[in-house]
Amino acid sequence: MSKKKSFTLGELPGAKIWTLAFFIYLYAPMVVLVVYSFNENRRVMNWTGFSLDWYAKAFANDNIQRAAWNSLMIALVATVCAVTIATLAALILGRRNNFRGKDTSTGLISLPLVVPEIATAVATLCFFAVVGIQLGLISVIIAHTVFCIPFAFLPIRARLEGMDDTLEQASRDLYANDWQTFRYVTLPLLMPGIFAGAMLSFIISIDDFIITLMVAGAGSTTLPLYIYGMIRRGITPEVNVISTVMLAISIVFITAYWLLTRRQSVTTH
Amino acid sequence: MKKLLIAAVSSAVLSFAASGAYAAGELNFYNWTDYTPDDLLEKFQKETGIKVNLDTYDSNETLLAKLKSGATGYDLAVPSQNFLEIMVKEGLLEEANVASMPNYKYVDARFKNPTWDPEQKYSSPWQMGTTSFVIRTDLYDGDCSSLKEFFEPTGKAVGQLGVFKTPEEVMNQAHLYLGQEMCTEKNEDFKALQKLFEGQKPAVKIYSSEGTPDRIVDGTVVMSSGWNGDMFNARTKEGGTTVKYCYPKEGVVGWFDSLVIPKGAKNIEAAKKFMDFVMKPENMALVSNFASYANAIPDSAPFLNPELADAPELKVPNGIPIAFGQSCGEKYIKAVDKIWTKLLQ
Amino acid sequence: MNLPQNPATRRFLGLLPAWLVIGIFMVMPMMILLVFSFMESDPYGGVDPGFTIEAYRQILFDLNFDDELEFDPVYLIIIGRSILLALIAVFGCLIFGFPVAYYITRQERRVQNMLLYLVTIPFWTNLLVRTYAWILILSGDGVIEQPLKSLGIIENSLEMMYTNGAVATGLVYSYLPLMVLPIYASLEKLDFRLVEAAHDLYASRFQAFKQVIVPLAKPGIIAGCILVFVPSVGAFIAPDLLGGGKKLMLGSLIHLQFASSRNWPFGGAIAMLLLAFVMIALLWQLRSARKRMEESG
Repeated sequence: MSKKKSFTLGELPGAKIWTLAFFIYLYAPMVVLVVYSFNENRRVMNWTGFSLDWYAKAFANDNIQRAAWNSLMIALVATVCAVTIATLAALILGRRNNFRGKDTSTGLISLPLVVPEIATAVATLCFFAVVGIQLGLISVIIAHTVFCIPFAFLPIRARLEGMDDTLEQASRDLYANDWQTFRYVTLPLLMPGIFAGAMLSFIISIDDFIITLMVAGAGSTTLPLYIYGMIRRGITPEVNVISTVMLAISIVFITAYWLLTRRQSVTTH
Repeated sequence: MKKLLIAAVSSAVLSFAASGAYAAGELNFYNWTDYTPDDLLEKFQKETGIKVNLDTYDSNETLLAKLKSGATGYDLAVPSQNFLEIMVKEGLLEEANVASMPNYKYVDARFKNPTWDPEQKYSSPWQMGTTSFVIRTDLYDGDCSSLKEFFEPTGKAVGQLGVFKTPEEVMNQAHLYLGQEMCTEKNEDFKALQKLFEGQKPAVKIYSSEGTPDRIVDGTVVMSSGWNGDMFNARTKEGGTTVKYCYPKEGVVGWFDSLVIPKGAKNIEAAKKFMDFVMKPENMALVSNFASYANAIPDSAPFLNPELADAPELKVPNGIPIAFGQSCGEKYIKAVDKIWTKLLQ
Repeated sequence: MNLPQNPATRRFLGLLPAWLVIGIFMVMPMMILLVFSFMESDPYGGVDPGFTIEAYRQILFDLNFDDELEFDPVYLIIIGRSILLALIAVFGCLIFGFPVAYYITRQERRVQNMLLYLVTIPFWTNLLVRTYAWILILSGDGVIEQPLKSLGIIENSLEMMYTNGAVATGLVYSYLPLMVLPIYASLEKLDFRLVEAAHDLYASRFQAFKQVIVPLAKPGIIAGCILVFVPSVGAFIAPDLLGGGKKLMLGSLIHLQFASSRNWPFGGAIAMLLLAFVMIALLWQLRSARKRMEESG
C-alpha cells in the first residue's frame, strides 16, 4: 500500500458524509418525535416551553393504561406460545439431518414472513368470521402467536445449527436418558437462542398494528391501535409521549437481543 | 428465582384472563371519537360500580363493518337512525325494551317511538345534530350560502378542502345539492353523483372523518365537512374564532344517534343501566356540554352550557331544509360504494 | 420422563404444534379468503352464497351505471401506483443504502457492529410511530416549513403532506434497513484485495466498481430489493397517514373493503392479486439465486 494509497475505494468519495446523512435521516424523525413530547402546548408543533405535563397526563389516562396492559399481556402470551412451538420445531429442523418434509416444514414456518401483512389480516378476519370465534383478546392472541413463530424460530434454529453435539453425546454416554440430556444439556445450551427468539417475538407482537387493527374487538385495544386512533383525531404531544414510550420499549428489547446474540457469537467462536 | 418468575407470570396471565374485558362489572362501549365525556363515565362508575371501557370508530360504515365481521362483545354502540334500521334488519341488536325504563319519561314526546325504532325496543336517545360544511372566514372569501361552494370549490378553497372519509353523509349532501331523492335508484342520478365527486376531488386535500376541528382551526384546510357540535367546539373551546358553520340554502343533513346493545353483548344488564342513566337530564347534559349537540331530553336545559342556547351551530335558520339520512336499498348501497371506491383511487 | 424413541414419532410430535397452528390459523384463512373472493358480496358486509367471478372481473371491467360492461382503469391505476411507489421505494433505498452498506464493511469490526446496531434499531421500532414522526416533519407547521416561514424564505405552504412524494418518503424511510443489511452481508465477504488488483490492472475507479464490487454485491442487492418491495407494495400505514386517504395503494384498497365499504369478495380478490405479485417477486429471487449457484458451480 505505497503508491496506490490515493486509491482507497473503501472511502468512496463522500461515503462518510453520505453515511452521516443516512443516519441523520434515520434518526432525525425519532428525535423530533421525542423532543416535541416535552412541549407544553396542546398544538404539538407549536413549541412554547418544556413540560412534563403530557407525560403525567398520559400515564394517568385510564384508556392508555388499559391499552398498555392489553399490549403487554398479548405480547407475553403470544411470545410464550410462539417460543414453545418454535423451540419444538427448531429441535427437529435445526439438526444436521435430512428427512422428507423438512423443507416443507421450514417453508411453512416462514410463511407468515412472506405473506403481506394486510392479506394475513383480512384472511384471519374471514377465518374468525367463518369459525365463529369472537373478535377480542383471544383472536388477537391467536393471530399474534402465528406471526411471532418465525421470529422466534430463526434465532433458535441458528443457535442449534451453531451448536456441536459432543456435550449431548457425552451426556448419553453417561447414561442420562433423553429427557435428562435435553433438560440439563441441550436446553441450557439453547437458552440464549430461546431468549433471543423471545425478545424478537415480544417486540414484533407489541409493535404489530395492521393485523391487530383487523382482528381486534371489544376490550382488546392495544397501544398501537390507541395511537392510531389519536393520530386520526388530531395530534397532541400526548401522541408523542406514548410513541416515545413505545420507542423506548423497542430499543431496550432490541439492545438486550443484540447483546445476547453478540455474547453468543463470541462464546461459540 | 426462576420458579418465582414463572409463578408471577402465570398468575399475571391468569388474572388477566379472569379480569379480562368480559368480566362482570365492566361495560365495553363502542362510540364515535370525541363523543363520550370522561366525567359521564366516571359518574356512572361511582353510582353503579361498573367500569366503562371505551373504543372508538369514525363512521356508521365502520361500525356496521365491525359488527358484521363478528366483533361482538361490545355492550353498547351509537349508530345514527338510518344505520340503526339496517342493524335491526340484519339482526345485529339485542332488545333493550327502553320504553319500560324509569328515566324514559324524560324523553321529549316528539322523539318517543321514532320511525327508526317504532316500539323503542332497541334504542335510547344519545345526541342529535346536523352535517354541513365549515369555512374559515379569514382565509376564504365566499359566504357559504350554497353547497355549490363545497362541491364545486373555487378560489382559496381549491386544494384546501377536507371531506369526510366515508360516503354516507356527503352523499346525502350531494342529493340535496343535485335535487335528487334520498335513496335514489336512478342510473342518471348515480352518474351525476359520480361526476360531481370526481369534479370535487382535485380540490380535496384530505378525506378524513376525524380531527376535522383541529385541521380547520390550525388552517390545514380552509373548508371542510363537519358536524355542528364539533364545529361549535372548534369555535369556542379550541379558539377557532373565525370558524363558521355553514347553512347552505339547499339544506343540511340531519341525524339522530342512539344507544343500542349489539348482539353478543356480555353485559346486557349493565348496558341497560347505562341507557337509563344517560336519559336522566343532568347526565344527558354532561354529554351535550362535552360534544355540544342537542339532545332529546328537554329537562336537561337547566344543566346545559349557556353558550349552547344561542349558538348558531345549533340553530338551523328558518327556511333551511333538514334532510334525514334513510336506510336505502341494496342497489343504492352498491352504487354508492362503487362511486366512493373509485373516487378514492 | 421418557421421550419417544422412534425418530419419526419424535419428528412428528415436535413439528405437530407448528403445523397445526400455522396450518389452521394461516393456511386455512388464506383458503377461506380465496373461496370468499369467488362468492357474492352482501351489501351490509360478509358474503352471500353463490359462485361468481365478479370480484375479479371488477378489477378490469366494471358495470357502468347503464349496466354495460366497460373497461375500467381505476383499479389498474391503484395497482400501477402501488407497484410504482414500491419500485421508487426500492430504488430510493438502494441509492441511499448501498454506499452506507459499503462504508460499514470498510470499518473495523467494533465500529461495524456499532453501525449495524444503529441500522437495525429503527427496523424494530414501531412502524406506525415512525410514520407518524413524518407527519411532524412534512406538515404545514412541521419542522421543515416552520423555520422557512419564520425566516421569510417561503410564504405559502410547500404542501408536502398528502402527496405521492410524502408516501414514497415514508416508504423509503420504513424499509431502508431491509436494504442495507443484506447488501452489507454480501459485501462483508468481499475481499478488497480484488479491488486493488483490479486497480493495479489499470481499471478506473468506476470500472473497478462496476466489474468487481457490483457483481459481488448482487445477491445482497437482489435480496434487499425483494425485502423492500414486498412490504412496500402492500403498504397500508404510509398511504393512510401521509397520503390523505386519496392515494390508495393495494393495502389501503383491501383495508377499505373490509373496514367500511363492506365488499369482502372484492377485498379478497385484491388480496389474492397482491399475493400473486409477492410470489412472483419471490420466485424471481429464488430463480436468480439458483442460477448463481449453478454459475458458481
